Amino acid sequence: MPLVATPHRPLDVDQLAGARDAALSRAQAHGCAHGELRVEHLRSQQVRLRDARLEGAAEDVELGMGVRVVIDGALGFAATVAGGPEQAAALVDEAVLVARSIAGAGGRPVELADEPGHGVVTWASEYDIDPADIPLSDKVGLLAEWSGRLLAAGSVDHVTAHVLAVTEDKFYADLAGTQATQRRVRVHPTVEAFAVDPDGGFETMRTVAPPAGRGWEYLQGQGWDWDAELESIPELLAEKVRAPSIVAGEYDLVVDPTNLWLTIHESIGHATELDRAMGYEAAYAGTSFATLDQLGSLRYGSEVMNVTGDRTTPHGLATVAIDDEGVPGQSFDLIRHGVLAGYQLDRSIASTSGLGPSNGCAFADSPLHVPIQRMANVSLQPAEGEGPTTGALIGDVDRGLYIVGDKSWSIDMQRYNFQFTGQRFFRIEGGRLVGQVRDVAYQATTTEFWGSMEAVGGRSTYLLGGAFNCGKGQPGQVAPVSHGCPSVLVRDVRVLNAREESGR
Amino acid sequence: MSRRSASPGPDPATGLPPAQDVVEGALAAAGPGSDQCVVIVEETSEVEVRLANNTTTTNGSRRDRRVTVISMRQVDGGMAAGVARRGGDVDVAELVRAAEQDAAGSPPADDAWPLPTPAEADPSPASAARFHRPRASTELSVLTGVLADLSAAFTRARRSDHVLAGFAEHRQTTEYLGTSTGVRLAHAQPQGALHLVARSADGINSTWAGAGTTDFADVSVEELESRLRERLAWSARRIERPAGRYEVLLPPEAVSDLMVGLAYELSGRNAEDGRTVFSFPGGGTRVGEQLSPVPFELRSDPGLEGLECSPFLAATASSADTSVFDNGLPLDPTGWITGGRLERLRYHRAGADRSGTDPAGFIGNLSLEVPGASGTLEEMVARTERGLLLTCLWYIREVDPATMLLTGLTRDGVYVVEDGAVVGAANNFRFNESPVDLLARASEVGSTVRALGREFGEYFNRTSMPAVRVPDFNMSSVSQAS
Repeated sequence: MPLVATPHRPLDVDQLAGARDAALSRAQAHGCAHGELRVEHLRSQQVRLRDARLEGAAEDVELGMGVRVVIDGALGFAATVAGGPEQAAALVDEAVLVARSIAGAGGRPVELADEPGHGVVTWASEYDIDPADIPLSDKVGLLAEWSGRLLAAGSVDHVTAHVLAVTEDKFYADLAGTQATQRRVRVHPTVEAFAVDPDGGFETMRTVAPPAGRGWEYLQGQGWDWDAELESIPELLAEKVRAPSIVAGEYDLVVDPTNLWLTIHESIGHATELDRAMGYEAAYAGTSFATLDQLGSLRYGSEVMNVTGDRTTPHGLATVAIDDEGVPGQSFDLIRHGVLAGYQLDRSIASTSGLGPSNGCAFADSPLHVPIQRMANVSLQPAEGEGPTTGALIGDVDRGLYIVGDKSWSIDMQRYNFQFTGQRFFRIEGGRLVGQVRDVAYQATTTEFWGSMEAVGGRSTYLLGGAFNCGKGQPGQVAPVSHGCPSVLVRDVRVLNAREESGR
Repeated sequence: MSRRSASPGPDPATGLPPAQDVVEGALAAAGPGSDQCVVIVEETSEVEVRLANNTTTTNGSRRDRRVTVISMRQVDGGMAAGVARRGGDVDVAELVRAAEQDAAGSPPADDAWPLPTPAEADPSPASAARFHRPRASTELSVLTGVLADLSAAFTRARRSDHVLAGFAEHRQTTEYLGTSTGVRLAHAQPQGALHLVARSADGINSTWAGAGTTDFADVSVEELESRLRERLAWSARRIERPAGRYEVLLPPEAVSDLMVGLAYELSGRNAEDGRTVFSFPGGGTRVGEQLSPVPFELRSDPGLEGLECSPFLAATASSADTSVFDNGLPLDPTGWITGGRLERLRYHRAGADRSGTDPAGFIGNLSLEVPGASGTLEEMVARTERGLLLTCLWYIREVDPATMLLTGLTRDGVYVVEDGAVVGAANNFRFNESPVDLLARASEVGSTVRALGREFGEYFNRTSMPAVRVPDFNMSSVSQAS
């Protein structure tokens, strides 16, 4: 039976049994050391409004299957949009052919770390309403209503509103006897207000609500207070427009989780991917300063720094039951008391490094892409016990900035030097917030920044942030990932004035 | 709409019905729920191999098909559009219903405009013939030469204490477009890229070479390797340089990434709304303004030799300056910057009409040139008393859209030039610069050559760029990365 892409017919295991049996028996017949079949049905919907009017909407269903084999120490991957047992068996033949052709180029044999079979697993992420079930007109209606609230304020000249919703259905089966059928639902709504200066230039203020592994209920207020955030934006924007430009220099920073998640993503998340640290992304995403010889000894940050990786957090964007190599989602230490304690692994790098077995960080963003090591939910732990509030952290700063919301980001290819901006920046004087400043960018080296982290906030300041669009690999793959963190206090960080940087 | 010629039959590789049948079938399935309808079928065939640590790593061979149906429908106050897109073996009736349902549930579209007619699109017999051709396909054999050379390259690298990483990919995309107004168009786009990175075994020195291609006939591992060897030899002497403003030679690959970034900002609507570097204070745009005293020509042209790309617009979603209502519109050669003056911004037809200007669509190539400029990068090095020669830029992100201030890193080789020659390699830097300002401050421009951007080349493969000398490039801080 062919695979036919329709929105309301996600993967049917009975229908896929033929393709599974055909692929795995063919892989066995070839003598493959490893063989896996992945079939995915990815439904995404994107709606974009400009000044409360629909600018563009698109609904997309991607359906296909991919086969990966390891044979005679070589790896091969082949994928197609066609379905059925015959196509699945033909894909195995093609993957074997690809493996053998490429092995001819020489190099070292490929091995995957051992992983036992985990039987039949069926799992779904936590959500109430599949966004695919909400009619487009309702989606447009809600975003138009939100936009209208902002446009009604005198300080706002333009508003853009956007939502991206994804329903991911994935079927995985391998020769070791793991068969996983999983569904993940995620949404990312954003609303941004613009104020145009008639003398040139403009300022913006965007919602800081994170993307979430939730359904449409997220936009209805479950997990985020949209009413409160939308109400605050016009005044925050008006204040930003009036705000003075920052005086460049060193400042103590209190960084809100809505900004810090991205700093964690770039300077810890990617730096503790072992494939990068061992040079396997040297041609593209880059390598890492946190090399394997420093495991257990690298002073990454201060004593209060504890970072974990996990694929288990409820509503986490990287959360799964079984990864794309048949490894169960799990939780593990990356940094303990400021010292490098572990890495994110897939089965290939777990074997190459000898750190195996894999801790479940393989992911492919499409049925047509090969799984590679991708980021777990990498999260900075809050202080034990009650811990300080954000207000208490601010209270410990004499001259500094409180930074809220992410905006621009950039980091070098070994994850040393980074520069971030934000949505809004409040000056701190004598332990109190004294109004916004603008044109702020903070720049630091990873270990210096985390080494200067004096305090982490308590559980009450903790928020799960994240992104849909983490890029890695060639051809490029895009992965969703979450990062939880508390507010933190970091001393003496270099702050630039972005207008001065542009020579103005 | 009746079928115009015999169907080529099911696809030999996938068993799927031919794209032409899908286009006709969907147009025929469009019921009273569609006043107009557009169908786009994209067929992709792709092979690739990665390498790192002197060995091949991951690879892939894939075939993809995406079908997009856009239904246009008269609603209260205007025309609305609904878009539905599916992969693989598509149930066209379901797909058309989904698009019609979204059209019926949508407000009137701001970008609504009558679909192009065959006369407005391309009525030539050659165009009709293209529509009836089977999809283009690629095979792993395209990379045979690359794979054969790699084995020797790995051996040479090990012998000289270097570590090679890289990527080779080749893709054939065929786009079929049909509309209820009778337009039938197709375009086959071959595209390839080869990247090689060589690092010293101690990881201190690293350099990159990359090239875009259509068929791998004009690129080779050996040619890129020789460029890498020269640059690693330059790195024998290490010279630390602090942050600051430097005279910099930007190679064509670095200019490519900066100009592709600039081209994405050429939205007419966003500029009129006061939201980009091309907004005029108080309203309107900067079209007509002299951006640079250097007579730069920044243009896109589907017919540019060696960079040929689709000559018609195929949009699967509307945005600020691209409209699904413009599907099938010819993409005419467009000068964005002419004689150093901002000439055009992107508009769809409805937007251009509102703004009293001409439409200009997104075109899949980009060329920057100064007429008469002839120097090679090597000749520009020879004319440099003191400066830095870059290899490429990386992790480029917008810091301030009002000035288009970008930040990013130098990557894979910053070379110190003194008295006309490279004398060593410096550390990397984080820069903060606006490409619009760089055009204004350029003090010398070389000849234009095909160049693959390190960062955006993956998404925008076809660019021709010159090397550019900037006397005061802002290196904001030192990066320890190598």
